[in-house]
Formats: sequence, structure tokens, C-alpha cells
Amino acid sequence: MSQPAMINRYRWYELVGIYAGIFIFLTFILAPFVEGFLVSLKPLSRLFSSPYRFWPENGSFEAYRTMWVSVPGFARYIFNSFFISTIVTAVVLALVVPAAYAFARFRFRGSGALLAAFLAVNMFSGAVLLIPLFRLMRSLGVLNTYFAMIVPGVAFLIPSAIWLLRTYIMRIPRELDEAAFVDGASHFYTLRRVILPIAMPGITVVAITTFIGSYAQQFIFALTFNSKSEYMPLPVGLFAYFGRQEVVWNELMAASFVGIAPAVIVIFFLQRYLVSGLTAGAVKQ
Amino acid sequence: MSVRRSTIIFAWILLLPAVFYVTVIVAYPLVDTFVLSFTDASLKKTTKWVGTANYDKIFNATFAEVILRTFVWTAFSVTIKMIIGTFGAVMLNTAVPGRALFRVLTMPPWIVPMAIGIFMWGWMYNGQFGMISGMLQNWGLVDGPVAFLAHGSTAFWATIITDVWIGVPLVTLYMLASMQAIPQDLYEAAWTDGAGRFYRFRRITLPLLVPSMITMSMLSLIATFNSFDIIWILTQGGPNGDTTTMIIDTYRTAIGSKKYGEGAARAVLICIFLSIFCIAYFRVTHRLATGESR
Repeated sequence: MSQPAMINRYRWYELVGIYAGIFIFLTFILAPFVEGFLVSLKPLSRLFSSPYRFWPENGSFEAYRTMWVSVPGFARYIFNSFFISTIVTAVVLALVVPAAYAFARFRFRGSGALLAAFLAVNMFSGAVLLIPLFRLMRSLGVLNTYFAMIVPGVAFLIPSAIWLLRTYIMRIPRELDEAAFVDGASHFYTLRRVILPIAMPGITVVAITTFIGSYAQQFIFALTFNSKSEYMPLPVGLFAYFGRQEVVWNELMAASFVGIAPAVIVIFFLQRYLVSGLTAGAVKQ
Repeated sequence: MSVRRSTIIFAWILLLPAVFYVTVIVAYPLVDTFVLSFTDASLKKTTKWVGTANYDKIFNATFAEVILRTFVWTAFSVTIKMIIGTFGAVMLNTAVPGRALFRVLTMPPWIVPMAIGIFMWGWMYNGQFGMISGMLQNWGLVDGPVAFLAHGSTAFWATIITDVWIGVPLVTLYMLASMQAIPQDLYEAAWTDGAGRFYRFRRITLPLLVPSMITMSMLSLIATFNSFDIIWILTQGGPNGDTTTMIIDTYRTAIGSKKYGEGAARAVLICIFLSIFCIAYFRVTHRLATGESR
């Protein structure tokens, strides 16, 4: 055990270099958040004054109170974001859990090609398919409803969810299925009573990453397929506000911070799962 | 387990819902895009075949410029993402106190709603009051305010930097995971032989990271080529079309001007480019995988 400790011992100038590097890197990553937060504390009159000052003078949380009045429907946008993400996650899981099990356990003619076809979905952003999707949504009569945002949102989260869960299920020993099967259990019973309980941690990870993905990517479909403000998710609701002639920046930033709070909480409590989910999908291939 | 008929039927029953869903929401629209690209579809009730008229119309100097711009924009963005992301991964792979916290702090741009991160950049780029212009003025590096999003060349770079910012966390976490998958004994053996830290990095870490770097670059290329939100929120393709990439151009034509037929032709071209990238990706990763097992 002493060897790794020795190998990892840094000289003082190496330590300084490493911390300086980390500092520069994290400055780039976090600067917009720091600046955004400080802006949310600045009174509007101070905000529009030069010269530029980094630290707020007379800083207060006033904008966090006034934004509820000046962004009407803010609470509704947050609710919509959560509602859409929750339904999307539920639908994705319902489709992906059986499919991932099939891909993990059964090999049949065309299974490899089918998996590749699923993964290929990842290469198209919604933007490319927007025109026919728009026509499809219109002919289904779901434009300007929650469905118009949920239905296409689900499709683009399926590929990575299948890949992640398939990787997880492949690690469950096959002997478990076989034992159940030999005992006379049906395929369906084996899936429900043997595999699902063991795969629960994997399913949880997939649910979290899907929820985060859906929460983070609510933009293009919501922008194009819905124009009713009562159904808008947070990013599009704030975008309408962002596009106004006079942007009340401190309130916009305050609203943004309240809007990202759920994601940030998730990061701090579940980052281990997020990273393991990512690496399972990426490194193992 | 022998592959019996009932097993195969069961597998298909499990797959059917997902297959059906993706067929209706992705595969059918893909075919429809192709079909529409040969029509004059718009808001009108009737559409008629126009042959290759939409394609003839878009092959002009302006569109060639859009294609070229898209490739330059994507190339810069992917390159910078890979450099900063890998740099971050190397830094976070060191055994210094606080690294777990630093790793968590890398994630926010990737995890928060994309649009919200972009709003913050919108403020930072503000010429009169934004942080970047303000700091540069305070340090005396520029004379007057710089409105980054109001001029073509600065807007072009501003959108790239924001795209890099959103993409870096994934590159960093992926490269970090790849580095931690390198067997520790390699380093210990080299260390025993007296190899220095930098030598070990150059001769062990870097060569073993090349496959991951290629994989990540290709994935990043596909995602970046598709980038829409950043440019749309920051500039909507302006000023004077200087940040109009193929995706933005397609969106403007199809959704903005309601010219579905012409928009579809543009979307088909994007699909062709993406397919080329995708085939290249599968070939490269396949070669890397078989090369490793040799």
C-alpha cells in the first residue's frame, strides 16, 4: 500500500500547478453560475451602471420575491417542467425495461441490427425531424397540448436508456434466469420476479438520467409544438421573457436559479449514480 | 438455453412497444422528410410534386456558405471541447485533496436545463453591462463596450464558446473514466523503473487514451453538428446570418417561413452528413475494438 502513496506524492510546485489548473478549469465551468447568481442579487439600477462591478453593492434577495409577480406563470412553468419530465420518464421506463431485457438476454436473427438501429436514433436531433413531426402532431390534433412535448421527447431518450439498462442486466448472472426457468417459471414470471428486483438499482439510475435528460432538454419541441403559455415548461417560458425588449436581468437570473435548483440537488445527492451510468454506457462498449 | 421459437416470440413481444414507438416517432418522420423534400409542401391544403426543384433552389452560394460555416463552427467547437475537456480530466485525475468535490463541480453545465445556462451566457456577452466586456474594460484591454452578440465574428466565437461550455463536462467525465480504467500496475512498473511523472503521462496515459479520444470526438461531432438551442437563444442565426448553421437554416425555412418542402430538402442534406459521420464512427470504433483484442 505504500507504493501508490509514494507514486502519488507531489512536490510543492507540482501541487501549485495542479491546483492552478483545476482553478482555471473550474472558473470556466462555473463563471456563468457565479455571475448569474451575483446578478440576481443586484438591484436593477446598480446592474445598469458602469463601470462594471463584479460584487453586488446593496445586494439583496429582492428579485427572488418580485420575480413571482413579474414572471406570471413562473410556478406553472416549473410545474409543467416537472410534470412533463415525470410522464416522459414513466413512458421511457415502460418501453425500455422489457426491450433492454430482450437485448441483454436473447440473441435472434436481426437483434444486433435492431440494437444498432435504436442507437442510430441518437444521431438525429429533433431539429432534423421537426417538419414531419409537426405535421404528425397536427394530424393527431395534439399541437398545443402536453402530448406534443411528451411524445417526441420520449423517442429521443429511449436509445441511451436501452443501452444503459442492457449493460446493467448483462451483468446479472444468467444462471438466475436458467434456475427459474428449470423450476418451471414462465419467461414473463422470470422477468417480473427474478430479473426486475435485481435490476432495480439499474432501473433507478436509468430513471434518474432520463428525468434529468428530459428536464434539461425541454426546448425545441416545446418551442415549436406548443404556443400556449399554460403548458410551457420552464426554459421556454423564460425564453419568452428573455426575448422581451427590456429584460429584467436580475429577476431572470433569480428565476433561472430557482429553476435549476432541482437539478443541482440531484447532482449533489446522486452524482455517483450519474457518473456510473455514464461510464457504464461509454467505457464498456 | 436453446433458441426456441417461444423464446424468440417472447423477445419480440418485449421489444414490440419500443420498436413501434421509435418507428412512428423517428423512422416514419425520417421517410416523410425525404418524401416532403420533393414536394412544395407548405401551409396550403394541397401539395404537389416538384421533382428536385427544392434541391436545385438550395444549391447556391449562400447555402454553400452555410454548409462551410457549419463545418467550421463544428470543427472549432469539437476541437476546443476535446482540449479543455481532456485538460480538465487530467487535472481531476490527480490524487489531490478535494478531487471528489471538483468532479461534482464540473457537472452543472451538463445537467442544468440547457436553455438556462445559455441565458446566463447571454448576460455575460451583454456589451453594456455584461461580465466579459466589463472585465476587459476594467483591465483596460478594450476601450469601449464590446457587444459580443452584435457583430458577426464575435457572435460566431461566442456561440462556439457556449457550446464548448455545455459539452466540456461530458468530455471530462468520459475521459476521466477512461483514465481510471488504465491499470495501475503500468504506472507502478514505470515508476519502479524510475520514470518521471511527465514521462509516465506521455508514454502510458496519452497512448492508452487515444481510442477514447477518438470515440468521444466522433460522438461530440454528431452532437455538435445538431446543435440548435445555443445559437437560437443567443443570436437566432444573426447578425446577418453569421451564426446560421444548417440546423438553424432548416428551422428558419421550415418553421419560420413555413416552407416545409424546402426545409425538408435541407433536413435531408443534414441527415446525409450525419449518416456519413455515423458510419465513420461505427467503423472507427469497430476497428479500435478489434485492434485492442489482438
